[in-house]
Amino acid sequence: MELWYSEIHTPHAKFLIKVDRQLYSGKSEFQRIDVLESQEFGRFLVIDGYLMMTEKDEFIYHEMIVHPAMAVHPNPRRVLVIGAGDGGVLRELTRYPFVEHIDIVDIDELVIKVCREFLPQTACGFDDERVNIHILDGMKFIRKCSDEYDIIIVDSTDPFGPGEGLFTKEFYGNCFKALKENGILVNQHESPFYAADAVATQRIHKRIVQSFPISRVYQAHIPSYPSGHWLFGFASKKYHPIRDFDPKRWRSLGINTRYYNTQLHIGCFALPNYVEELLEDVEGVE
Amino acid sequence: MEVLSQNRAPIAEALENLRNIRVVPFDVPGHKRGRGNRELTEFLGERCMSVDVNSMKPLDNLSHPSSVIREAEELAAQAFGAGYAFLMVGGTTSCVQAMILSVCKHGDKIILPRNVHRSAINALILCGAVPVYVNPALDYKLGISLGMSIEDYKKAIDENPDAKAVFVNNPTYYGICSNIKEITRLAHERGMKVLVDEAHGTHFYFGKDMPVSGMAAGADMASVSMHKSGGSLTQSSFLLVGSGINKDAVRSIINLTQTTSASYLLLSSLDLSRKRLATEGETIFEKVKEMAQYARDEINNLGGYYAYSREIINGDTIFDFDISKLSVYTLDLGLAGIEVYDILRDEYDIQIEFGDLSNILAYISVGDSYKDIERLVGALSEIARIYKRDKTGMIKHEYINPRVVIPPKTAFYSEKESLPISRSGGRISGEFVMSYPPGIPILAPGEEITGEIIDYIEYSKEKGCFLTGTEDLEVETIKVVRL
Repeated sequence: MELWYSEIHTPHAKFLIKVDRQLYSGKSEFQRIDVLESQEFGRFLVIDGYLMMTEKDEFIYHEMIVHPAMAVHPNPRRVLVIGAGDGGVLRELTRYPFVEHIDIVDIDELVIKVCREFLPQTACGFDDERVNIHILDGMKFIRKCSDEYDIIIVDSTDPFGPGEGLFTKEFYGNCFKALKENGILVNQHESPFYAADAVATQRIHKRIVQSFPISRVYQAHIPSYPSGHWLFGFASKKYHPIRDFDPKRWRSLGINTRYYNTQLHIGCFALPNYVEELLEDVEGVE
Repeated sequence: MEVLSQNRAPIAEALENLRNIRVVPFDVPGHKRGRGNRELTEFLGERCMSVDVNSMKPLDNLSHPSSVIREAEELAAQAFGAGYAFLMVGGTTSCVQAMILSVCKHGDKIILPRNVHRSAINALILCGAVPVYVNPALDYKLGISLGMSIEDYKKAIDENPDAKAVFVNNPTYYGICSNIKEITRLAHERGMKVLVDEAHGTHFYFGKDMPVSGMAAGADMASVSMHKSGGSLTQSSFLLVGSGINKDAVRSIINLTQTTSASYLLLSSLDLSRKRLATEGETIFEKVKEMAQYARDEINNLGGYYAYSREIINGDTIFDFDISKLSVYTLDLGLAGIEVYDILRDEYDIQIEFGDLSNILAYISVGDSYKDIERLVGALSEIARIYKRDKTGMIKHEYINPRVVIPPKTAFYSEKESLPISRSGGRISGEFVMSYPPGIPILAPGEEITGEIIDYIEYSKEKGCFLTGTEDLEVETIKVVRL
């Protein structure tokens, strides 16, 4: 028997993973959730048919959405995580002993429950006692926060479906309000490669630039995501991602990583020309 | 004729049958079920084109209904608790015109609130009826015109015992209701007909704990915008008449101006939407009310905004309030409603129904989700944070009592000349000026142009209101009655 999971990357390009077996399939109020097991990528989480993370390459995504900001902010104590029901972001954050308080907001309780049962590799992040889980709409949670967080990490699904609100100007503006005066916002920034994803990249960047004085984009290579070329946003009220980066300080923490390192920190903000152009096109556009 | 169940939709069923028997069309429309216009068919969809057909025996005829349209109209009458219901394809504008033309002839008086939709005054121009305006009460805090006080209606009725009809908005754009039962009683005592503009009141007929509907209040005719809260296609409406009205005479008035090629897309949308409201309306509007209440609570918690509700009821000029409406007062933030309306669209990709000088109205329906409401509330929170400013010098009121010098028809057909609006003070207007939406005239033909009105027009323009009504599309000049 051959069973293949396929994800439509564009109407004319498809990505396939051979599946050993299906571990879970269920439907919440918001979305359909599946967990599949494969030889090549290990277990992987699929929401509404779209691949969210695989055990094989999730480390790249989770290290890269967490460590660059943690290495720039000199004193991050309170962190807000939006989305990220798989727990991977929490796993990386809890490696910092000086982080005192982490709020995680996800709209869908079932995702967390399923991940805790089938994806312990990332869901272990939920076990730390500094983690506080809030099940509600991220937009609603953030609206009520003001001057509270050092870092906000937005680990959203795609800009359609339940995560749609997390790609809007009102959301980024509310994040600005929720951050302290030297706070940093990091977000999943889609991919610049395929046309439809590139439009989302531009749209996000345009919205963030309007809300934050410093807004840079960095990249990572994530094989299981469409085109493998993925972007993250680094938006900040005060700190510049490179000028305010102190590699020695981060190295002294002794955190072992498989993808992120202090050289790569600087390198990942150097973007291909076509990506720079894509971003510049929407900067300063009203 | 047997009475059908509300689960039926005779027009939609007849269209379905027609499609199934695959009739060969050698009649209009010339696109022949879409095959003759591929681009349009791809744009609108094959199913849609396949029911865009002409009147024919199995589909009945709107101007002379005897089979499926007749059945659909009877089902609608039953669902709305009316004596009869007409399917209308010219929007609620056509219903309002049919109401007025049915009861008023040239020179007849009609008592109406001045904050009517322009369609009512248009009807006066068509038939030559003379308006007796009752000025709406004003809420000076919110800057909105309210309902009519019973005393004012009573006075107008006493002073004009020869008036043929009384016209009522139920509710206003903002969701405010007058005491329609009492108005109806007063009017009927004097033998006057009661005509109700229910463009914003479809849900009154189906929701639980809603303000009283025109038909339930005993009114004679009511115009219902099924396409607003009822879910049918834009431009489709119902004209309801009470049992004391000769429906065949009304039909002949409707047929004066109604198309003889009524769209079956519109007719079937009325039919199916009536079925849906009759069978699920109560549940649907409970959900709408819950969402509106949630949004209201969250917006009121933001600070700076005031999303009002039943607490403004005062027993007279706000006799009742439609809580499915989400009206929000914005002026305390130093922002005109129209400014918030523009910022929401330009900066946040959120389109709301309208903004006036001090309020916004977001239209909530069963098609909304809490996710989208979070976006609206989140954006309003941001707008308050970023744009808040001092409110001194902001004009708030939405309505100026007009002085009617000559009847609308006389003014409309007079010799006129064009003047810059700024220099038109003291003259009699020959045309309309209004913000759209809501389409309530600031000036109507036959009214005196005052300095206050000129200032109001200039201020509305400066704040970004979309002004319409004048022949001059830039609304720089106005036609006035030649002296």
